[in-house]
Amino acid sequence: MVDITIRKRPRIEAVVTQRKFFKKTAKGKVIKVLRERYLRDDVGCGVEDCTECSGHKTLPLAPRVNHSTFSGAHFLLPDTNVFLSQMDLIESDLFNTPMILLQTVIEEVRHRSLPLYNRLKALMKADGKRIWVFYNEYRSETAIVREENETPNDRNDRGIRKASSWYGSHIAATHRQSSVPQIVLLTEDVANRTKAKQDGIKAHSVKQYVEGMPESAKLLDLLAAVGSEEIAPTRAAGGAHQSLYPDYLPPSTLAAGIKSGHLHQGHFSANQYNYLEGTVNVPAFSKPILLVGRENMNRSVQGDVIVVEVFDEKEWRAPADEVVDQEANLKNDDAEDSGSDDEEDQILAVSESKAIQTSASNERQPTGRVVGIIKRNWRTYVCHIDSTSLTSSNSTSLSVQTVFATPVSRLLPRIRLRTRQAPTLVGQKILVTIDRWENTSRYPEGHFVRALGKAESKEAEQESLLLEYEVAYRPFGKAILDCLPVEGDKWAVPPKELGGPVWRDREDLRDMIICSIDPPGCQDIDDALHARKLPNGNIEAGVHIADVSNFVHPDTPMDHEAAARGTTVYLVDNRIDMLPHLLGTNLCSLRPYVERLAFSAIWELSPEGDIVNVRFCKSVIASKAAFTYEEAQTRKDDPKLDDELTQSIRLLNTLALKLKQKRMEAGALNLASPEVKIHLDSSESSDPIDVEQKEQRETNSLVEEFMLLANISVARKIQESFPGTAVLRRHLPPPRTNFEKLQDILKKRKGLNLDVSSSGALAASLDLCQDPTNPAFNTLVRIMATRCMLSAEYFCSGSVARDTFGHYGLASDIYTHFTSPIRRYADVLAHRQLSAAIGYSPLHPVLHSKQHVERILDVVNRRHRMGQMAGRASVEFYVGLALKGRSEKTTVREEAFVIRTFRNGLGVFVSSLGLEGLVMFKRDIKFDADNYTISVPGPNGEVEVSVFDKVVVNIAVEKDRNTQRGKVKMTLVEPVDSSGM
Amino acid sequence: MSSRVEILNEGGYRSDGRKQYELRDMAVDLSQQGAADGSATLSHGLTQVQASVFGPREAKLRSQTFYDRATINVELSIASFSTGERRKRSRNDKRTLELAAAIKSTFEPVVQTNLYPRTQIDIYIQVIQQDGGLLQACINATTLALACAGIPLLDFVCAVTGGVHSTSSMLDLTTLEENDLPYVTVATMPSSGKVTLATMETRLHVDRFEEIFRLACDAGQVIHKEMRAALRTRTAVLLAAVQSTTVPSGDAGGDKDDEPMYEYR
Repeated sequence: MVDITIRKRPRIEAVVTQRKFFKKTAKGKVIKVLRERYLRDDVGCGVEDCTECSGHKTLPLAPRVNHSTFSGAHFLLPDTNVFLSQMDLIESDLFNTPMILLQTVIEEVRHRSLPLYNRLKALMKADGKRIWVFYNEYRSETAIVREENETPNDRNDRGIRKASSWYGSHIAATHRQSSVPQIVLLTEDVANRTKAKQDGIKAHSVKQYVEGMPESAKLLDLLAAVGSEEIAPTRAAGGAHQSLYPDYLPPSTLAAGIKSGHLHQGHFSANQYNYLEGTVNVPAFSKPILLVGRENMNRSVQGDVIVVEVFDEKEWRAPADEVVDQEANLKNDDAEDSGSDDEEDQILAVSESKAIQTSASNERQPTGRVVGIIKRNWRTYVCHIDSTSLTSSNSTSLSVQTVFATPVSRLLPRIRLRTRQAPTLVGQKILVTIDRWENTSRYPEGHFVRALGKAESKEAEQESLLLEYEVAYRPFGKAILDCLPVEGDKWAVPPKELGGPVWRDREDLRDMIICSIDPPGCQDIDDALHARKLPNGNIEAGVHIADVSNFVHPDTPMDHEAAARGTTVYLVDNRIDMLPHLLGTNLCSLRPYVERLAFSAIWELSPEGDIVNVRFCKSVIASKAAFTYEEAQTRKDDPKLDDELTQSIRLLNTLALKLKQKRMEAGALNLASPEVKIHLDSSESSDPIDVEQKEQRETNSLVEEFMLLANISVARKIQESFPGTAVLRRHLPPPRTNFEKLQDILKKRKGLNLDVSSSGALAASLDLCQDPTNPAFNTLVRIMATRCMLSAEYFCSGSVARDTFGHYGLASDIYTHFTSPIRRYADVLAHRQLSAAIGYSPLHPVLHSKQHVERILDVVNRRHRMGQMAGRASVEFYVGLALKGRSEKTTVREEAFVIRTFRNGLGVFVSSLGLEGLVMFKRDIKFDADNYTISVPGPNGEVEVSVFDKVVVNIAVEKDRNTQRGKVKMTLVEPVDSSGM
Repeated sequence: MSSRVEILNEGGYRSDGRKQYELRDMAVDLSQQGAADGSATLSHGLTQVQASVFGPREAKLRSQTFYDRATINVELSIASFSTGERRKRSRNDKRTLELAAAIKSTFEPVVQTNLYPRTQIDIYIQVIQQDGGLLQACINATTLALACAGIPLLDFVCAVTGGVHSTSSMLDLTTLEENDLPYVTVATMPSSGKVTLATMETRLHVDRFEEIFRLACDAGQVIHKEMRAALRTRTAVLLAAVQSTTVPSGDAGGDKDDEPMYEYR
């Protein structure tokens, strides 16, 4: 049984033991709080051989200290400021004087900055540090009461002084030796030092003390610059909340300003490399407007529609060329206070202004500040709880805590939220929404929505990915499933003899030698092909597309859902369908050996690949085979085979080659994007085994050419029939300025010219970008060029001028999407329009309305973009997993190419993994912004690294301690080892 | 601000300077309060309650009259100034009623009601100041007041709260601790070791429950000693007064620990 006692508290002591204070609640109510404390005589002093205090001792009587001022044994007693500003120094191994840490100090540190408190706590447990924590507030001799008109800060200082003098007399009284250790009070506060000297306490500033230490040179480096000599005494925390951000202008002023042209409206996009920078694209300037610094960004969050004011041209600046990491810079920020703590602000301001001002290159672009917000684009964000912002990580704690949630996306600021379940949420992925962002608060405030599961578990990661890219992944509702044919998977094309509505105006192509070629494991086969020689020497080629519009009728719940989903999203181990499973993978899928409804485009092509004529018809087909690209390729190449199917593939292939050649002659671009393939262990476990680059076969290109041909032919047809509302796709030529940087790099580094005057010229000059020593160079340039382009988009033919219909990348004057109606909604619309154009069915009235089509296509465009990003993010996640698996066995070492240079790092691209990463240098390096070169000190002098250089990097996946986010960390191995830099 | 206070720091001290198993200062005042037959003002640290017992007396309502026993009626009122935030509670406040019901059910098996058929015992509890452990203070004060009123009890009822912070248990929680920790209030009968009340409103792991429960039972013994000492002092004073007026001199009573309750009257 443990010893249970009643702690007696004499009534007369009430003044010392009871504390009364008022506090203001979050709602603004003032509450009186009464607290008591029990003073005791058994709080240990921790000094060796103390005759009075029992228990564990850590302070040695005769510590070995070499100090020029204090030759004898002494203990340091630092005050709060020392820990707040000089934590790095105290953490140093060289700083080894025994220290007494007062409870008053610990509590004040905890109150001022939790992250620093956590560091302090770690320090208390560290080996090699001789620290004794003295609970001075509970010891009857050292406990003090705040006097009238005394600030909390003065009270604490007095408490620290009292404890120091008590220690002095206590050690003298309990030790009989002649020379007992002295107490040295460390404080930066002059007033405090003077008072201490009056009381007979030895007091020193940190600098003074450190200068006397043996390794002072090294330690002085660690001294924080701000605390150089004297800083203002710590101000009481709290106080009036001052505005950190300027107020927004009233909506009427904004509207008038935009109208008159001196204000500009646009979407805010944050810079993922630098959290203090953002840009806005506005029509008035060819370059995006730069927003530098927190105040100028004025509480904008990625995606918000904002209004900016552009500064005078002389204040324009160039974007920073440094990587500024929010997490690293703000790690000592405190979640609880809203950011009005002046001193912290100053320190932050110093480091931030340093980060802002270092832009060396002279390419200035419009710079401005946000003056108002038209529309917030806030949604729920997937976040992690920052574990250092927790006040109590105790799992039994039920108290409300204010913590930081760090969004997974680097484009977003940290979100402050109050929760009771913080300890259980650490290490989980959670959903958080932003509620508001007051101008007195540095961070937006939000609330917890729900937990997704343990970070890095596949389920949680996948769900978070879908949420992050707003992919609707709920199962289809009953109303939608009711739109499916009642026969379910028993549905089949009815026999022709019975006639019926399905066979009306449908061609019977069941005897044609039709086959499909798709990636392996493809279930939703939406296209099939055939080709045969005609008696007149021409060739008949047909593309047969699943007739989705036969099942998905306009204005039904299924149609609405498909329009809202816009596209099927492909993740590495999952697929989020646009249409219910039954249609997508069964009834519409052009599976072999079964009769399926199709929409066919059949050309008569001359042997040279010119279109003689084309017709479109609804049909019934029965595919004869479903090949993978690889199977089709081997079949085509196998000289022993000569059946009808093989002949058909060979015929298609010869045509495709001719079509491709024509397209290239017309100036189509051959672009590259880093595509990799994830190998999964097995279909059940879905553990990634390895990553490899996707292989391109001739047959890939075969299918591609015919799909392009079909899309172009259909686009012409529907545009002809419905000039006002045809659903088309275009790719605008990129503005020339997008290429400026790439052109400059190429010119300076490789002496190559990139001609961007037209897509044909670009294609030609891309072909010339060769480096004989480096075959991958061409691909790299293509990838970089692709990033300079705009993305293709769907549009309604009536909404834009005819001369902007063109597709830049394909060098076609008109284009649409027709060939994948199972997985893209725009194709469904094209099907309906084509069906009406050939007189098969009347066009639904909504497809005659331009506004309606525009509205649908806006959604589809967005979904399409999001779906692609989700897919890419999924691949990235699996690459990370695979890397982690690999790096557990050995270090992952890969070749990489430098694609960007920063003042403090390199952006590299690892083509074998399709992975882009950063190599950061802690130490300063030479940076030549004009030549895109950095000079890294190596063992044999400096080594230059420039854009396009081949380097070797070590890749490791490390888990960020605070956010639980897996982070790819790269270090340079060749030409120099950067692990120590 | 309260979240900035450490519940149990590295040195093993709680926010008010106590260690884990130290109970707060306990002060008992058993002096006569007005017309009450027995009354007690008890404080555990900054929690202070006053209990007054009236009866056994004739039951006011026929419906509450039982032919074989007395009924116990508990009324609790919480002073609006008892907490930091001034708050007026209505008579029918659910929280107050629940506390009263808990106290009533705690004492029903302890008070020897069968000795006083057709009567009613009224217990009025006034909460003067609150700082955690309200139910514990109410129960302890009621025990003392009942004893003062000379109502036969089978045993003392000693209540104490126990909570758990991470894996370390602690006793006699303050408001600050109650807000943060899961806790149990246990009322024991120290001589027999029986438990008349165990209540909690927060979730607590089963493994921890047993530990806290045992600890609270042990703490009940400590509280019992304190309460008995207070009653003895009071009795000694009364006895001395009686003896100084009527009996010239005599033995002021032996120190017999195992005497039944009514000997202390």
